Amino acid sequence: MKELMLGNDAVARGLFEAGCAVASSYPGTPSTEITESAAKYDEIYCEWAPNEKVAMEVALGASFGGKRSFCAMKHVGLNVAADPLFTASYTGVNAGMVIAVADDPGMHSSQNEQDSRHYAKAAKLPMLEPADSAECRDFVKLAYTLSEQFDTPVLLRLSTRIAHSQSLVDRKERILPEEKPYVKNPQKYVMMPGMAKKRHPVVEQRIQELTAYAEKSDINMEIIGDTRIGIITSGAAFQYAREAMGENASYLKLGMVHPLPEEKIRSFAKKVDTLYVIEELDDVIESHVKKLGIAVHGKDKFPLCGEISQNMIASVFGKDPVVGKSLSEEIPVRPPVMCAGCPHRGLFYTLSKNKVMVSGDIGCYTLGAQAPLSAVDTTVCMGASISGLHGFNKACGEKSEHRSVAVIGDSTFMHSGMTGLANVAYNGSNSTVIILDNSITGMTGHQQNPTTGYNIKGDPATKISLEKVCAAVGIERVRVVDPYDLKACDAAVKEELAAEEASVIISRRPCALLKYVKHAPPFLVDAEKCRGCKACMKIGCPAVSIKAGKAVIDQTQCVGCGLCKSLCAFDAIKEGGASE
Amino acid sequence: MNETKSIMIVGVGGQGTLLASRILGHAIVSQGYDVKVSEVHGMSQRGGSVVTYVRYGGRVDSPIVDKGQADVILSFEQLEAARYLEYLKPEGTLLTNTQQIDPMPVITGAAAYPQDLIEKMKAAGINILALDALALAQEAGSVKAINVALLGVLSNHMPFSENVWKAAIEACVPPKFLEINQKAFALGRAYRED
Repeated sequence: MKELMLGNDAVARGLFEAGCAVASSYPGTPSTEITESAAKYDEIYCEWAPNEKVAMEVALGASFGGKRSFCAMKHVGLNVAADPLFTASYTGVNAGMVIAVADDPGMHSSQNEQDSRHYAKAAKLPMLEPADSAECRDFVKLAYTLSEQFDTPVLLRLSTRIAHSQSLVDRKERILPEEKPYVKNPQKYVMMPGMAKKRHPVVEQRIQELTAYAEKSDINMEIIGDTRIGIITSGAAFQYAREAMGENASYLKLGMVHPLPEEKIRSFAKKVDTLYVIEELDDVIESHVKKLGIAVHGKDKFPLCGEISQNMIASVFGKDPVVGKSLSEEIPVRPPVMCAGCPHRGLFYTLSKNKVMVSGDIGCYTLGAQAPLSAVDTTVCMGASISGLHGFNKACGEKSEHRSVAVIGDSTFMHSGMTGLANVAYNGSNSTVIILDNSITGMTGHQQNPTTGYNIKGDPATKISLEKVCAAVGIERVRVVDPYDLKACDAAVKEELAAEEASVIISRRPCALLKYVKHAPPFLVDAEKCRGCKACMKIGCPAVSIKAGKAVIDQTQCVGCGLCKSLCAFDAIKEGGASE
Repeated sequence: MNETKSIMIVGVGGQGTLLASRILGHAIVSQGYDVKVSEVHGMSQRGGSVVTYVRYGGRVDSPIVDKGQADVILSFEQLEAARYLEYLKPEGTLLTNTQQIDPMPVITGAAAYPQDLIEKMKAAGINILALDALALAQEAGSVKAINVALLGVLSNHMPFSENVWKAAIEACVPPKFLEINQKAFALGRAYRED
């Protein structure tokens, strides 16, 4: 019986059915659920690694060791793991290795919109791209077969609409692959110049063989309808195209997006009057088709930025879609906000009040950039808060050191903040670094990390001490504050900014959404005492609003953190739970 | 059925739209349709605007619903109903909870919450059913059952029997909350505009 399965869960199902034994990943939307879901199968050893580079190296090591292995990451995570990726292409595998990378066209949850197909091309690795959940499962299994057949890691490219859409999948049995015991082979696995020079031609030969496979495999399939319009496409874009055009076009659906076939494309092009490539983000397929000397429309009709949709495609082909009615009324946006009771709020209020430059990072706390806190000055990539602040201070001089901080979460610090902090100590800037320790990886939906004391299964694990790590990389001033205590936060920030040496403030309180966090009863406003001064509005809490000139606390949202109370000069906000 | 039907569930992160789409998906699968359910995780969960697309029929291609394509929009909040209005087919139906949740620009005073949205949508000729689903959920025994109460309202616009829905709820809701949710569903299904 078929069941409705999330694309990411279907990838995990594929891992199970293919006999994958080791999976290591770092969370990143929209890839996170793959590894969470895989961890529910006891047959697969799963772990959260501190970052994607570590995860990929773990997977490669497991492959060398003889077990089918896996790692998953979002598109920007592949940048972090690019180092092992390029050389893993040279070593090849022992047992099969699959790397899932989830792109985010439209940037639903990302800082950029990069197209990871370029990595497949650059590292000369095969890349498969499923278009629904059933293909997610099937392509994972095929990827392992190809990995072992062609002695190569295989990339599986997902996008948000495939990873986070559910469609029907029928479960199949787990089939264990044949044993592949480790055999020492330095010519293959020790990539120093002498050996690597011999491996490079192997990689080039392999991509030729994979191209031959792409020519004959039915993973790249034609669907012939009206031949006046021919569309070469893959992944989510295939679904949009078929939705818009149905039988009124012919399709070459590419399941393998690197290497691309040549003859298959020539043959399809001959069957149709006008050829189009519909692909999200960059013109990867289009460039290939043009290189073959075939006339094709692509980015002259479809955008390089954002997602494609069925209406967009219909419009290009002259079928203007019927659009629904809308109100002339201005509809205010509803951006994501820090939750009521979020421990980051008190710290950002303090930074905003002290008017410091804030070098930001990636996580829930990036939301500190939004009004009314508006505290964050920069956000680039994982770990850039600390290293960026060091550079900023080297450029702007000593004065800047007393007016600027870096903010970074506990998980992001373990991911790639530690090296930046070592640089601060070693190359001597008096930078102030604030670790926002909410004891979980928050934005991706509560994953454990090396500082939480638990592993992916929720079992106890070694808990790495942030204080000790900071001390070990050479920071002598390390202090801990409770972000619910605004006075203590203010004192800590002022003192550490004034200090003539580098320092770390650990702002520590668990995420308010964690199940074990106990909430106080919702706070109440004494309308007679409230002057409507809006001081309590400065923290940007979604539970606090002004109605008819008086503050109101939403009783369904408030978790009783008390931050608003500490801002009220008129004692108008009181603790909840007391009888009326 | 060859024609694909499109339903959108819209609301505010944290309102329980995901459970509603899970139950709906379960009900559709049990009736042998092809189906795709699509939602965005991550940033949007933090109190932002959330949308789930549910499409079913003989063969479903696109996982998303585009503008002008929704047969039904089920909205958990007024402003969100207005935000996604242009996704509704001209002959489609909007089912909305009358609850209002201020977005941050309204809280900070940078924007105002539009007044009389339901009346304005009616005046624009939208086929709309607006109800206080919070009251139904409270009557059922928990404000959290608002999602299943709204699902009950939606059920009147779908071709499935009551037993199909009951089974889907049972499959998706933990046993200790089952009674409240079945009650909330029944109240939603029985709801009629005055």
